[in-house]
Amino acid sequence: MSSDEPRQTIHGSTAPSTDTREARMGEGADDRFNSKLREAFGTSPFILTKFDQFMNWVRGNSMFMLQFGIACCSIEMIHTYAIKHDVDRYGAGVPRASPRQADVMIVPGTIVSKFGPRMKRVYDQMPEPKFVVGMGSCTISGGPFQEGYNVVKGAEEIIPIDIHVPGCPPRPEALIYGILKLQERIQNGESSPVVVKPYELEEFGDLPEDELVQKLASEIDEDDLVMRYNWADSP
Amino acid sequence: MSTGTESMPEDATDRVDELADLLGSRALTREDHVNAPGFVVNPGDVQDVLFDLREKAGYDHCSCVTAQQYEDRFETIYHLKKYADPTDEVSIVVPTPLDEPVSQSAEPVYRTADWHEREAYDLVGIEYEDHPDLRRILLPETWQGHPLSASYDQEKPQVVTLSEHANPLEPDHEDPESDTMFLNVGPHHPATHGVLHVKTVLDGETIAHIEPDIGYLHRCEEQMCQQGTYRHQIMPYPDRWDYVSSGLLNEWAYARAIEDLAEIEVPEYAQIIRTLGSELCRIASHMLALGTFALDVYGEFTATFMYTFRDRELVQDILEDLTGQRMMFNYFRVGGVAWDLPEPREEFFEQTRDFLDELPAKVAEYNDLITTNEIFQTRCIDTGVLEPDVAKDYGCTGPVARGSGVDYDLRRDDPYGYYENLEWDVVTRDGCDNYARVLCRMEEVEESAKIVEQCLDVLEGWPEDDREVQANVPRTLKPDADAEVYRAVEAAKGELGIYIRSDGTDKPGRFKIRSPCFSNLQALEEMSQGEYIPDLIASLGSLDIVLGEVDR
Repeated sequence: MSSDEPRQTIHGSTAPSTDTREARMGEGADDRFNSKLREAFGTSPFILTKFDQFMNWVRGNSMFMLQFGIACCSIEMIHTYAIKHDVDRYGAGVPRASPRQADVMIVPGTIVSKFGPRMKRVYDQMPEPKFVVGMGSCTISGGPFQEGYNVVKGAEEIIPIDIHVPGCPPRPEALIYGILKLQERIQNGESSPVVVKPYELEEFGDLPEDELVQKLASEIDEDDLVMRYNWADSP
Repeated sequence: MSTGTESMPEDATDRVDELADLLGSRALTREDHVNAPGFVVNPGDVQDVLFDLREKAGYDHCSCVTAQQYEDRFETIYHLKKYADPTDEVSIVVPTPLDEPVSQSAEPVYRTADWHEREAYDLVGIEYEDHPDLRRILLPETWQGHPLSASYDQEKPQVVTLSEHANPLEPDHEDPESDTMFLNVGPHHPATHGVLHVKTVLDGETIAHIEPDIGYLHRCEEQMCQQGTYRHQIMPYPDRWDYVSSGLLNEWAYARAIEDLAEIEVPEYAQIIRTLGSELCRIASHMLALGTFALDVYGEFTATFMYTFRDRELVQDILEDLTGQRMMFNYFRVGGVAWDLPEPREEFFEQTRDFLDELPAKVAEYNDLITTNEIFQTRCIDTGVLEPDVAKDYGCTGPVARGSGVDYDLRRDDPYGYYENLEWDVVTRDGCDNYARVLCRMEEVEESAKIVEQCLDVLEGWPEDDREVQANVPRTLKPDADAEVYRAVEAAKGELGIYIRSDGTDKPGRFKIRSPCFSNLQALEEMSQGEYIPDLIASLGSLDIVLGEVDR
């Protein structure tokens, strides 16, 4: 039995399993790797495409999401992963607990000053290419908490974001739509320009000297990582 | 009871007189609040007075500590209650001068005051003598200024550090006797239910010391509420404190406080709808607690977790029909609810009844899957033990307290809404462990279902021409200047209290939130001492905290 026989033969076969083993050791693709699609293409099919396009197609259809819960939106995000909405159907639903194994980060909630540097660190730990979905109004502008003394006015102040899903919180359907839009963009090889200068995570010693830096100099080491928020300049 | 609206009942007057006798000359003046008598005491007498109130008068529940700044002084208010009778309240008011805001700490009397006073120091800037560890709690250590004090300038830049994870292993080895190890859990970790950071020190495999580090979701909820007008602008925010679909329960906390402050009578029909919606919220909230707990203790991502989310979806559908939103309902109004039940009413009743009819079979299924599961029992029974006295000392409430045998439920003990007219029981368990807390929640789901069913019966028979959903409330609500109230309701996680001080305008002068999770989380250290890391995770799960409510 070789690979260029039609797949249908398998169904009627009553031969002992040794046949299968021999067949596996033979040349060409195993029957188990066969598919209706492959049959449709003939005996030894091949396709011609641009490598970049192929890679983008693959990327878009296999997205590992970072398991990243922040605030209210994370509850709707869990609902999107769970029964009924099940985002796994679109090849985008494997939540990974470690950022080093994830391609896509959904930012589901308000970013406050204390969490900003942590989020930046998590984002930096993700391997390239990486994409970010901003979920909810807080990641767009700070949402209902925009006037808060402690709230970063949009996740885009810290990391670049590819897709914004508005809502407070967005329904699971809206998040799925956002994820599908992201897949579409990835498949087309599009990426978002970074429009806002992000708050940087930098060494304390590199900050420009001013009153505040001088005041904190006794508390913070020169090579500690810090994030400096300029609240007055925030949008 | 024959209580006039203005005059106090006789036994209450007696009670206040007894308190005045007990405090003697230490009580400088009286400063009564809408909910309780208040006594002003000197900053140096705090511990003395509180000790007496706890030991001699039986006020064993330090519900909340409110700090605020007036034009001429700082003020700390200790809201005390009794676990046996939460309607028996007293406020201890401690003024401190602007130039030297130092007052005695209440931590030696009530353990729970530890975090409350740290928060007061962090946000308002009052310092507490004798406090074991007075540091910032919600804002980063390097923050400049105290945001809820009058002199704070919000425009100023801030610098926040990302300290590399410290490893005390090395310095500890300098001392040959010690070989502890440091382990970070969070702030980005699937088992912390949000952005909680638990600094853990291990001795071998057991936990020597833990310190929850909170504030990663401090979104200035109190400031937001102080900037909003009473009538409409505050109500959307409570939905976002405890965002696990407990929205209506939280909204009720604000509604109850403002309605008491402004003396608004809510129509009975609206109270029934409120009760109905709130108990549906409780079911949804406990379902999530159960599902994520199963996820934490035996990694059951497929079965239990998915089942609980299936049921949550059903509840959310019903709530969406009622309120128009899946999670952030904004359905309560001051003096009632936004609108009547959805039309056609029969369909709504039928859908809700269908859900209730199927619920017992589902609860039985959960019991098969979870509570009778051997692995589950091994992980939960006798782990995370919280003794009743310790629970009271830490101000624990809700299923956490009831799982430790503390029979305390504001729906029954301090009745509001329509609960008084319904048949239901308060669930308590004596296990004091993780298992007891989980069982408590599961049984509460059944009790809530009972309440919902009775509400449906009443609503179905309600005369059509008497469906008043809102009281007549002035367009601009301005409660009397300097009126103060602290009111609490039984939210999904426990006692959710609101303190409002009116300054005569249409916005609150001070709006303080007493979150049950904040107090409950404080007990985590006590529960996990000497246990293994997996037990810590189970304890954290069984506390069922929501970081939005812990950090506010």
